[in-house]
Amino acid sequence: MRNLFAFLAGGLFGAGLYLSGMTDTSKVQGWLDIFGDWDPTLAFVMGGAIIPMAVAWAFTTGRRPLLGGSFPERPEPRIGRNLVLGSTLFGMGWGLAGLCPGPVVASLSYGGGRNLVFLAAMLAGMAATPVLRRYLDRTVPAQ
Amino acid sequence: MQMDWIWGLIGGMLIGTGGAVFLLANGRIMGASGIIGGVIDGSGRHNLSERLTFLAGVALLPLLLTPVFGPEQTHLTGDLATLLVAGLLVGIGTRFANGCTSGHGVCGISRLSLRGIVATVFYIGAGGITVVLFRHILGVI
Repeated sequence: MRNLFAFLAGGLFGAGLYLSGMTDTSKVQGWLDIFGDWDPTLAFVMGGAIIPMAVAWAFTTGRRPLLGGSFPERPEPRIGRNLVLGSTLFGMGWGLAGLCPGPVVASLSYGGGRNLVFLAAMLAGMAATPVLRRYLDRTVPAQ
Repeated sequence: MQMDWIWGLIGGMLIGTGGAVFLLANGRIMGASGIIGGVIDGSGRHNLSERLTFLAGVALLPLLLTPVFGPEQTHLTGDLATLLVAGLLVGIGTRFANGCTSGHGVCGISRLSLRGIVATVFYIGAGGITVVLFRHILGVI
């Protein structure tokens, strides 16, 4: 049952990324490019996604997930090195290629092979992160 | 152009509905980098099948929709160095920040999470500066 709902959620996510044009890197880079031919599509996608999500969060109060367990707790509002450094590095890569983790999976079937190079590098980066984080923790304090 | 915005809004609402299903049914936050990262670094071993079925849905639905709407053009660069550097930065960055556009952006902002909002400001800021620098100043992307 958990797998069925996970597949359904993933399917909605993938269909949404495909239909919204967010697997088109020129739309993403066009949104980031405020000095070029600015493309506001991404703001509509973000806004459209936040509406049902906000309703869902409001619905979680005092309830439990349909399939058991509990809802994720609100994280400590701590703005540390990892959040700032990580988001900055992510933004640089996002700007360079116009791809982020969701769209690279959604465009697997029509990405033309070049996306596999990006995907392989992204997975390598993800695999390397625990090691990098431990190294950074030893040399630079986290806060 | 305006048609793109409407499709953006429709697609966005589907993305948000996917996030709502994953939250209300499975009790999980729909963050693409977290779901993939947990498969890669082993931290998601206890719910691996849920992660894999989610990712299967993400990859499969666009494939099923392609006969109806036609293949989406990705306009992705063919430059190998750019692809490798960008992929590494996205992989390392999202795992350090513990989230990406879906996790921090969609799921975080919608619950007014300070971490989600700060992360989004930083990745959009860094992305904007990167595009301006590499497209308009250096002229390489």
